[in-house]
Amino acid sequence: MATLASRGATASHDGDAGRTLNLTLQVWRQKNATSAGKMVTYEAKGISVDMSFLEMLDVVNERLIARGEEPIAFDHDCREGICGMCGMMINGIAHGPERATTACELYMRHFRDGETITIEPWRAKAFPVIKDLVVDRGAFDRIIQAGGYITAPTGGARDANAILVPKADADAAFDYAACISCGACVAMCPNASAMLFTAAKVAHLGHLPQGQPERDDRVLRMVEQMDVEGFGACTNIGECAAVCPKEIPMDVISYMNRDLLRATRRKDREAKTSNE
Amino acid sequence: MATTIAPPTVDVSRRALGGRDIVLDAKIPSGPIEQKWEKHQFEMKLVNPANKRKFTILIVGSGLAGASAAATLAELGYHVTCFCYQDSPRRAHSIAAQGGINAAKNYRNDGDSVYRLFYDTVKGGDFRSREANVYRLAQISVNIIDQCVAQGVPFAREYGGLLDNRSFGGAQVSRTFYARGQTGQQLLLGAYSALSRQIGLGNVDMYPRHEMLDLVVVDGAARGLIARDLVTGEITPYVADAVVLASGGYGNVYYLSTNAKGCNVTADWRAYKRGALFANPCYTQIHPTCIPVTGDHQSKLTLMSESLRNDGRVWVPAKAGDTRAPHQIPERERDYFLERKYPSFGNLVPRDVASRNAKEVCDEGRGVGPGGRGVYLDFADAIKRLGKRVIEERYGNLFDMYHKITGENSYESPMRIYPAIHYTMGGLWVDYNLMSTIPGLFVAGEANFSDHGANRLGASALMQGLADGYFILPYTIGDYLANAKLPKAETTHPAFAESEAEVHARVKRLLGIKGERTVDSFHRELGHIMWDYCGMARTDAGLRHALAQIPQLREEFWQNVNVMGENTELNQSLEKAGRVADFLELGELICTDALNRTESCGGHFREESQTADGEALRDDEHFSHVSAWEYTGVANTPALHKEPLEFEYVHPSQRSYV
Repeated sequence: MATLASRGATASHDGDAGRTLNLTLQVWRQKNATSAGKMVTYEAKGISVDMSFLEMLDVVNERLIARGEEPIAFDHDCREGICGMCGMMINGIAHGPERATTACELYMRHFRDGETITIEPWRAKAFPVIKDLVVDRGAFDRIIQAGGYITAPTGGARDANAILVPKADADAAFDYAACISCGACVAMCPNASAMLFTAAKVAHLGHLPQGQPERDDRVLRMVEQMDVEGFGACTNIGECAAVCPKEIPMDVISYMNRDLLRATRRKDREAKTSNE
Repeated sequence: MATTIAPPTVDVSRRALGGRDIVLDAKIPSGPIEQKWEKHQFEMKLVNPANKRKFTILIVGSGLAGASAAATLAELGYHVTCFCYQDSPRRAHSIAAQGGINAAKNYRNDGDSVYRLFYDTVKGGDFRSREANVYRLAQISVNIIDQCVAQGVPFAREYGGLLDNRSFGGAQVSRTFYARGQTGQQLLLGAYSALSRQIGLGNVDMYPRHEMLDLVVVDGAARGLIARDLVTGEITPYVADAVVLASGGYGNVYYLSTNAKGCNVTADWRAYKRGALFANPCYTQIHPTCIPVTGDHQSKLTLMSESLRNDGRVWVPAKAGDTRAPHQIPERERDYFLERKYPSFGNLVPRDVASRNAKEVCDEGRGVGPGGRGVYLDFADAIKRLGKRVIEERYGNLFDMYHKITGENSYESPMRIYPAIHYTMGGLWVDYNLMSTIPGLFVAGEANFSDHGANRLGASALMQGLADGYFILPYTIGDYLANAKLPKAETTHPAFAESEAEVHARVKRLLGIKGERTVDSFHRELGHIMWDYCGMARTDAGLRHALAQIPQLREEFWQNVNVMGENTELNQSLEKAGRVADFLELGELICTDALNRTESCGGHFREESQTADGEALRDDEHFSHVSAWEYTGVANTPALHKEPLEFEYVHPSQRSYV
């Protein structure tokens, strides 16, 4: 993973603490799931470069309320890039211009004075808009419910060190388990495919010895649910991995396809054997 | 200098305040501490497997405690309904815990044991927790790690494939299990996956984007709740045989905290107003390693895992007013104040000690960064000793996070940190079975008060949340249901109608004020009062000042707040308004408790009560008890009930980290 150290970032603070920006925002406003939405333009003046993108929206909202207008609804919670609740298209890019960064971790120092910023919700058939920038990502939960787990009811576990996991496998499993379920991958994909999300879970559990007994079933059920939800197919474009705030690599998709192929063939074989 | 302490000032007879006659029976099983839980497990009644599905249990919150309880109770066969305000149960704020989870596995062969974890936790809590609860927590810690590994939690491993450990704030053994800097995320996703499996199987009804707005008490027992669908505004009653609150802590009463923006006290508070006692509200934890505030726009504070203190050295300039850049300050003109004052623990002193010392040096004018409210956390020596690669491996994600927020590179210049509100040890009072003073109302995780005393040690919160949810509630709720002989409850009962009507009226009132000020402006002002007068150091005069200000602010809120929009759709202003209204009442209770407890202990530091070295000075004679407050009306002083604390195994001593 590209970290600060390996990217060789510079030590200096930009030296611009306290600097402010005057911005124009074009924001998607939509009253509710059934009404039509439209882009609305707002001026955002005197925005400190030390604000996060969401703090900038807070300031705009405070001003809207003062004018008697309804604030812009947007999802957010932890504001430190881990809960996965926030997410919006910023200038056409999921979570905005910075790599490996959620909207809440995006700071205004990355924008220019006088810039016009467009802000839109995730757009995908499987993520219907609820209001303004808020969408329904319940489909992701249902994909996990279909099989994104290891069956391990409380109480029956053996000693943790009885299961040896090679460090490389544990590290890989962690990398894939880092997904925060924000939906940026779907929002950025021209097909609105959920392959990166689903495959990250398949690869996480597939890399661990504990995940082997259910490996076939898991991939079959999760992919089936993914299709039911109306996500598109993967055509290897790679936008998903490019915007993923947790840098889940595209490799997981081929990993899942391999698992899916193997599981499907095994199932077909079993069906044939039982028919004979 | 040690000051003499006046006896408690607000300790009045409960009769005078119209309080009920409540005996706080912790129901601690008899026998040696090592055997209490096992004995109790055997003595508790079981519910016949065929009958379990007839019982409905409502769980509020889907963090470590809530999700693990929901999954486990559903696995046992109960009918479970779970609520969370986020759009998915996986987003609960447990997810943000970075550092790790303690367990007395002694995999390092460095002298750890259940008894030592118990001992450290009681001492770390400054002798204000219940011994029996803490011992059970230490015992169960071992099973938690096993359970999480079985679920596929990708803990850090060594090359041989065994689990790795590290030592963590305040501990002299390596008992902390971790998953890079995202342990909370991985543990929560483990619990979430178990919960998801039960949702998929139809054993749990999950209601995301729902908020509990009242508890329903029928004939003295918790029998349901009223929840609002945050998308449609619909207000619906839910009936149950038992209710579990696993709704987290109340740190957001300070406005700026490391909590998620949505974290709130509403579920706990409505239960308090329905008769549950609120214990030790003044025990709040201030975390030493957070990124300093940059301006008025600040919406939250970000924690940097205190595992950083394992390799980072904390310092400030030796002289006040030194504005040179850190690398221009020579070694001899730096003050590594934690290493100087606490030679044996150094940078690893407990959180409360580290925080107070940071405040002290900043008060002396030696703070660094904009506004002078910060101290350096410097990795230069560790990088020299171990190499940049090792540091990157250990803390890479934290350094990246710091860079994103500040634009600074900590591999080359020290981080700046300052304390922030992080965790609340207080919460609803519960007995050994985690049941509140309302029968059938159980409280788990940060929402209860039980295990951390006056100060929580690092890597203990995850342990407690999962212990409560996976291994304690599934037993104790069963025992309650087997014994309770509850009549059938229906939403047609007047108690449901009454609660529902109150919720409707409150929503209507909030929307009808249409005043001049935003909800956030009230919240921010409350936060300033709390931080200034009930933060890291508290005084009699300061607390009295806060107690005069908060009711005024609350009054203004109900006259002059402007909540836009309607009830019948997603309305984030309305959600916030309801939560802030509750914080405006809670803040007063916290200050009342802090004023009443004239001693210092753990995270509660009364300036009047300190040792010659400036350490927290307890007053065991007057305050070796849990302060549990009973609601007697918004305008009235709450009634104080005390649960005495007895220490049979770990004898109270002055905490010393020198």
